[in-house]
Amino acid sequence: MTADTSTGPVLRAMGEEAVLLELALLEDVLLVHRALAASRPAGLVDLVPAARTVLAVTDARGPALAAVGAWLLATAERALAPGVGGSTGAVDEAGRRSDTVIQVRYDGQDLAETAALLGMDADGLIAWHTGRLWTVAFSGFAPGFAYLVPEREDETIGPPLEIPRLSVPRTTVPSGSVALAGTFSGVYPRASPGGWRIIGTTDAVLWDDAADPPGLLVPGGRVRFVQVPA
Amino acid sequence: MMGGTLLVEVAGPATTVQDLGRPGAAALGVSPSGALDRGALRLANRLVGNPEGRAALEVVLGPFVAVPDVDLWIAVTGAWGAITVDGRPVDGHRAVRVAAGSRLELGAATHGLRYVLAVRGGFDGPQLLGSRSTDTLSGLGPAPVVGGDRLVVLPTPRRRIPPLDIAPWTRPDDGERLVRVSPGPRRDWFDAASLQRLVEQSWGVTADTDRIGMRLDGTPLERLDPGRELPSEGMVAGAVQVPPSGRPTILAADHPVTGGYPVIAVVRAADRDLLAQLRPGQRLRFSTG
Repeated sequence: MTADTSTGPVLRAMGEEAVLLELALLEDVLLVHRALAASRPAGLVDLVPAARTVLAVTDARGPALAAVGAWLLATAERALAPGVGGSTGAVDEAGRRSDTVIQVRYDGQDLAETAALLGMDADGLIAWHTGRLWTVAFSGFAPGFAYLVPEREDETIGPPLEIPRLSVPRTTVPSGSVALAGTFSGVYPRASPGGWRIIGTTDAVLWDDAADPPGLLVPGGRVRFVQVPA
Repeated sequence: MMGGTLLVEVAGPATTVQDLGRPGAAALGVSPSGALDRGALRLANRLVGNPEGRAALEVVLGPFVAVPDVDLWIAVTGAWGAITVDGRPVDGHRAVRVAAGSRLELGAATHGLRYVLAVRGGFDGPQLLGSRSTDTLSGLGPAPVVGGDRLVVLPTPRRRIPPLDIAPWTRPDDGERLVRVSPGPRRDWFDAASLQRLVEQSWGVTADTDRIGMRLDGTPLERLDPGRELPSEGMVAGAVQVPPSGRPTILAADHPVTGGYPVIAVVRAADRDLLAQLRPGQRLRFSTG
């Protein structure tokens, strides 16, 4: 996925200690974030991917903001250059070794309705969900909540499914709910309000204060969902 | 020497344990948290001979009352109010010895909003991502402090209490404060008149002010395209977000890691501490200088 050159990487200052790199597409964010994570300068405080942007945060002891901006732009342009088209084999290998497997009971209360919305049956939706390698695009909403996007492993898969949110969000979604919304899948790390469509449940611990890192899913990480009996 | 405990009798409305927070975890969905008045935290720790990032109490407004079960050195910085030990006035901004069983009271702050109460050794508690801070947005870290809590104090550090009698200080200013800002990433979402209005008017600090953000009141800012949606993007403390109402919110340490409102400006790092001491009703003016 390369950006349209007219909407290519743009730097936007976020005050004196942070700079936002804006990209055209979420796919570009994934590619560029991977390249940035692999070349992250020492002392950088944070690198925060989101839907169209990567925010880099430094401080008085970290690298100068101008240097951070130059690194963001140069890395983005390299990662998005025609012909680069993805990661190097080495990064890919490392990525696959760390795939996280999440076991899911596909017993969610919205499973059948969501499948019907997408013109398939429940088994078809389960096959679609378990048949993809998912990538953590970014975190947000709550500690440990990851926005997962299906990796397009080959061109035959077609465009991502667009799944409407519930028209009325639930006041409580149980911890471990596996859900879909927009082009994302996610797992609720704890009980919270939410408007995503719940298709299943997992016992996986998405957030553990005592673990290092405490979040199971970190940006750039990859996930496979595996069906277990409900 | 053993650390002992501090029994909180009256906690006040929003007292939390804070250190320098957990910066660098936004990619995990974790806010930086930490003391809002970081200078006050550093100073209070230094006054009692602690490393400057030890966990202390951030006491919003007060009153606050606590009784240690051992002799304990304390220092109070940040907000200004009546500080007493068994009814005797003591100074802020200096190390004070509170005898076991004595009653330490911070009266309702008369200037500024957030006291920092440091104890020699610092408060103990489980660390998450290197910090003992309470994150009021996500609930990470210890629960907010309530009356009846018994806070554990770490053993006394080897470092001595510095031999200065009193640190120079001035009470927090109650007047209109000048807050310097740098450009935000979405200033181009606003017309020239709104960019002018941001810096020309005096904004009121509303009561809707906490560790997540501070809502301001004034003549609203207008977006060039009110219908335009911003995909959520990474946020920083000090970001001046403009929601559809046009009344800005300045994000504080417990801010959500991403947000979908355009950021018109960002408060300079050196001026963030003063935000922590602004009281509801107080006024501020932004300056791009």
